[in-house]
Amino acid sequence: MRLTCPLCGDRDRREFYYYGSDDYLDRPGPEAPASAWDDYLHNRDNPAGITRDLWYHEQGCAQWLAVTRSTVTHEILRVELVAGLKGARE
Amino acid sequence: MRIDGKGIIDRTRPVSFRFDGREYGGYKGDTLASALLANDVRLVGRSFKYHRPRGVLTAGSEEPNALVEVVGRTNQTPNVRATVQEVFDGLEARSQNRLGSLRFDLLAVNDLMAPFFSAGFYYKTFMWPRAFWEKLYEPAIRRAAGLGSLSGRHDEGVYEKAHAFCDLLVIGAGPAGLMAALVAARSGSDVILADENPMLGGRLVSDLGHVGGTPAAIWVAAVEAELRSLPNVRIMTRTTVTGAYDHGTYGALERVGLHKPARPNLPRECFWRIVAKRSVLAAGALERPIAFPMNDRPGIMLASAVRTYLNRFGVVPGKRVTLFANTDAARATVRELMAAGVQVAAIVDPRPDASSVEDCPVHVGAEVVDSRGRHGLREITVRKGAEEFRIETDCLAMSGGWNPTLHLTCHMNGRPRWNEDLAAFVPSEGAVPGLLAAGAANGTMSTHGALAAGRAAAVEALEALEIRPAEVAVPAAEDAPYAVTATWAVSGTKSGAGGRAWLDFANDVTVKDVRLAAQENYRSVEHMKRYTTQGMAPDQGKTSSVAALAVLADATGRGIPETGTTTFRPPFVPVSIAAMGAGGRGAGFAPQRFLTSDQASRDRGAPMTEAGLWYRPSYFPKPGEATWKEACDREVMMVRQAVGVADVSTLGKIDLQGRDAARFLDFVYTNTFSTLPVGRVRYGLMLREDGLVLDDGTTARLGDSHFLMTTTTAGAGLVMRHLDFVHQAFCADWEVRFISVTETWAQFAVAGPRARELLSGYLGQPVELPFMGVAPVQIGGVEGRLFRISFSGEEGYEIAVPTRYGEALFRDLLARAETMGGGAYGMEALNVLRIEKGFITHAEIHGRTTAFDIGMEKMVSAKKDCIGKAAAARPGMVGPEREQLVGLKAAAPISAGAHLFRPGDTVERVNDQGYVTSVCWSPTLNAWLGMGFLLDGRARHGETVRLVDHLRGIDVPCEVCDPVFHDPEGGKLRA
Repeated sequence: MRLTCPLCGDRDRREFYYYGSDDYLDRPGPEAPASAWDDYLHNRDNPAGITRDLWYHEQGCAQWLAVTRSTVTHEILRVELVAGLKGARE
Repeated sequence: MRIDGKGIIDRTRPVSFRFDGREYGGYKGDTLASALLANDVRLVGRSFKYHRPRGVLTAGSEEPNALVEVVGRTNQTPNVRATVQEVFDGLEARSQNRLGSLRFDLLAVNDLMAPFFSAGFYYKTFMWPRAFWEKLYEPAIRRAAGLGSLSGRHDEGVYEKAHAFCDLLVIGAGPAGLMAALVAARSGSDVILADENPMLGGRLVSDLGHVGGTPAAIWVAAVEAELRSLPNVRIMTRTTVTGAYDHGTYGALERVGLHKPARPNLPRECFWRIVAKRSVLAAGALERPIAFPMNDRPGIMLASAVRTYLNRFGVVPGKRVTLFANTDAARATVRELMAAGVQVAAIVDPRPDASSVEDCPVHVGAEVVDSRGRHGLREITVRKGAEEFRIETDCLAMSGGWNPTLHLTCHMNGRPRWNEDLAAFVPSEGAVPGLLAAGAANGTMSTHGALAAGRAAAVEALEALEIRPAEVAVPAAEDAPYAVTATWAVSGTKSGAGGRAWLDFANDVTVKDVRLAAQENYRSVEHMKRYTTQGMAPDQGKTSSVAALAVLADATGRGIPETGTTTFRPPFVPVSIAAMGAGGRGAGFAPQRFLTSDQASRDRGAPMTEAGLWYRPSYFPKPGEATWKEACDREVMMVRQAVGVADVSTLGKIDLQGRDAARFLDFVYTNTFSTLPVGRVRYGLMLREDGLVLDDGTTARLGDSHFLMTTTTAGAGLVMRHLDFVHQAFCADWEVRFISVTETWAQFAVAGPRARELLSGYLGQPVELPFMGVAPVQIGGVEGRLFRISFSGEEGYEIAVPTRYGEALFRDLLARAETMGGGAYGMEALNVLRIEKGFITHAEIHGRTTAFDIGMEKMVSAKKDCIGKAAAARPGMVGPEREQLVGLKAAAPISAGAHLFRPGDTVERVNDQGYVTSVCWSPTLNAWLGMGFLLDGRARHGETVRLVDHLRGIDVPCEVCDPVFHDPEGGKLRA
C-alpha cells in the first residue's frame, strides 16, 4: 500500500501510523452532552466503500493526513493535510 | 543421459556435487534435476503420503515431486525444488520423506495401505480412543508426514531485503516479456525485467524455434545485449515476482547466492519490494499433466520438461521415449528427440482426428491406462478402442495442454475467466490495477502472438504513463494455432488394475480422492481442496488445480466455470521467512539507543537493562556486593544521605515555541501553564481524549513564548504524535511550533542532601535555585540548563548539556560525587526512590487509570477546556466504585501483579479488591513497600488487606496507606 503525502510525495505505508476514522476531527464542545462524546469516542461506521481516515506521517514530515479511500477497491482517492482542512481551526 | 552437442550448459566448466552422499558430475548451467537426469538418476524422492518413488516431473518452479534438502555448513533447507536449484561445486543435497534409504523406504508400506488412506483419512480414522491421539497417533503421524526437515539450529545465513522503483515492471523474460521490455527500454522509460530463471528467454531457450529469421536463442542474446547496454533497464534474473499488492507494489524473491558455494557476506536470498507504475505479466504458461492410472512413476514427465532438458541442458531422461499428448504442439518434443538421435517408441494421442503422420508409430484415439516399473518407468499400457497393449518405454512425455500462469492477477481478489477454446482459465482484465497480462500468461500461445502481445502491452502501459512508445517491429516467428481438447483424467484398464491416477503429486491426491470428496458432499471447490489437501503442498497446486476442479466438475455434473477455482494467494513460490524478515534478527529486531554515559556506566561494571529501545544501567556494583539488591540498597541510602548521579536523558524532551505555546499547553495538560512564570517548572498531567491518563512530566518555561516539556521515557513518541494531532486537528492556526529534542540534550539527575554542594562546587558559584526553578548555566563555556526537580524525594537537580558533552559531564559529576560519599545510581535505585516517595510511572498510568484514580483530580482545571476533560467527567470515571491509588506496607516480600483481597474473603475473582503495580524493598523505611489500586482505596488507609500472588506463592497481609511513604510533607524537596 502506498500513500501520496502532500508534502513528501508517494511513500510506502510503513512510513505512516494509522489512527482511525476522520470522526476524530469533529471534537464536541466542552459543554456537549455525554451522548455526543460517546459518539465521538466510540461509535464508528464500517463502510464497504468510500471512507476517510487519519494517518500520521511519522517517519516523514510529522503531518496528520486525511486519506479518502475505498475499502472495497483499496483505491486512494485523496490525501489532504489535516491542518489544512476546514474546521481544523478554532 | 547427456547428448553431445546439445544444450547451453557450459561444458568447459564441470562441477561436482553430492546427492544422498554420492558424488556426481554436472556442468555450470545445470540444475540439480538436469544433472541428476544426466547421471541417469531418476528416483529423487518419496511422495508425501504413500511414499511412492518419485522423479522429476517438470523443469521449472512448479515442480511438485523433486523436492530435496540442501545441506550447507550453516543451513539445511528443506523442500528445495531440484528443478530450480543450480548445481555448483560442493552442493550437497539429500532426498527427503523417507525412512531408511531412498530405494528401500520403510514407509513405502503406506502404499500398500493406500485403500485406507483416502481423502479425509485423518478425520475419519484418528477419532478415538481419545487417549491414543497424544501417545500414538500424533507422534506416528508426525514421524511419517511432512516433507523435508529442518536442522533445528539457527539459520546463520545472510539474507537481505530491498526496495526498487520503476515505470514498468516486466514479469517474465520470454518472448512477450522481452518484447515488452524492449519497447519500454527504447522509449526511455525506467524498466525492470524480472525472470525466475538464471537466463532470459523463457521457452525461447527451451524450444528450438526461430525469431526474426534467426534461431530464437540468438535473438534473445541480441535483445539482452541491447537491454543491458541501456541505463534505464535493470535485468533481475533468478528473481521470482511472488505477489501483487496495492498501488503497484510487488514482492519478489531473488536467489542471490543459492547457486554458489556459501561465503561470508554473500546473501542467500533478497526479498524485493518493487513499486511499479505499470506492469506487464508475461509469466508464460504451465503445462499440465494427464491423470492416467499410475502416472507418477519416475520417468513420466511433462513434454515441455523433456524438451527443456534436451535443448537447454543436453539431457535425455530416457533411452526409449513415448509421448502422451492431446495437442499438436507437444509433438515438437518427440521430433526434436528423434532429430537428436533418441529412439521414440510411440505417440499416444487421445484425439480421434489427430494426424498420424510422424517418423514414429502414432496411436490416434488412444490413451495410456497403466504403467509399470518399481523405481522408474519400464512399460506403459495403451488402450485403443477395445484393444489394450503394452509399450516398453523408460520415459513418457505427457501433455494435457497449458494453463496460463495467471496467479498474480488473482492476488487482489481477481477471478480468472474460463476460456473454452483453450480449456483453461485466463486472467480477467483489470484484476490488478496497472497490470496487463500478455502472451501465454494471457492465453496467447504462439510465439509470434506472444511477441505481438508483449509489444501491445508495453505500448498501452507507456501511453498510460504519457511516455511516447518507440516503434518496434514484431519479428517473424512461429504462429501456429493452438487447439486443445481437454483430457483431464483417463480411466483404468479393463481388468481394473492400478487404478490410482494422480492429480496432485506433491500431496498424493488422486482422481478417486476428488470423486470421493464430491460423493461425501464436499462439492464446493474450496471444500474439496481442504478435504483432499489438493493444492496445499509447497507447489500450491500449480500442476494440479485446474485438472482437480475439472474432475470435481465432472463428478458433480457441473461445468468448470460454475465450479470455479480456489483462490491463488501470494506468494507464487515459497518465500523463506528469513528473506522477508531480513535484518530483523538479534540486534536488528529493534534499534538500540545508547546514552552518552553508556561507556562510563559499563566501565563501572553496570549491567544494562532495556527501557523501550534505550539501554540504561541497572545498578553500579561495588567490590564485595554479591547481589543486585545489595548495590541497590547502598545506592538508595547514598542518595538519601549524600548525593547520587543518574543519567535521565531518556525522558522525552519537546521544545515548544510561539506566541500561543502557553495556550497550547493549557489545552493539552489538565492543569494551567499560561500562569507559569519564566524560570519556573511545573508538573503536568496529560489525558487522552477518552479521559484516561496519557502521560505526565514537568514543563519548564524558558522564556515568555518558549517551553521545554518532558515526557516519560516510554511515552515520548506517543506524546509527540498526540501533540501533533491536537495541534493540526484542532488549532492549526495557533502560533506554536514544537520539535523533539530528546537526543539534543544529555541530562543528569543530581540528588541528595549534598546535591547543592556538589553543583555549587562544580559550577564555581553557589547554586540558589528555588524548588521547581530553571536557570541557564555555564559549564566551562558550554551553555547548559539547570532544573531543580526531583524524582527521588531528596533535594534534586537535573543538569542538561548538549549531547556531545554528556559523557564528559557525567564523568565529572561522578568524580565529584565519589569524593563526597556519593556516586552513580541505576534504574533499580531510581525505582526504589520513586516508590518511597509515591511518584507514579507507566506501571501506574497504564492506560486504564483516570486522574481521579491516581488522586490528581484536582489537577483538572475547572477554568478551561482540555483534552480529555469532558470524557473524564463521564459516569463511572469518578467515585468510590473506582480502584484508587494506595500505598501498601508489608513485613514480607510482595510482588507487582498480585491481587488484593479482604482478609476474611476467599481468594476468588468475585472478591478481587484491586491489584499491585509496583513494589520494592525500602532500605530507608526497612519495609516492603508497594503501590497499587484498591477499590475506594483512599477511604481505606489504615485497613489491612491480603495480598495474593498465586504465580509466586505469595500471600501476605499489607497495611493500606498513603502512597507517599517518605517525607510526606516534602520538606526535603524544598530544603
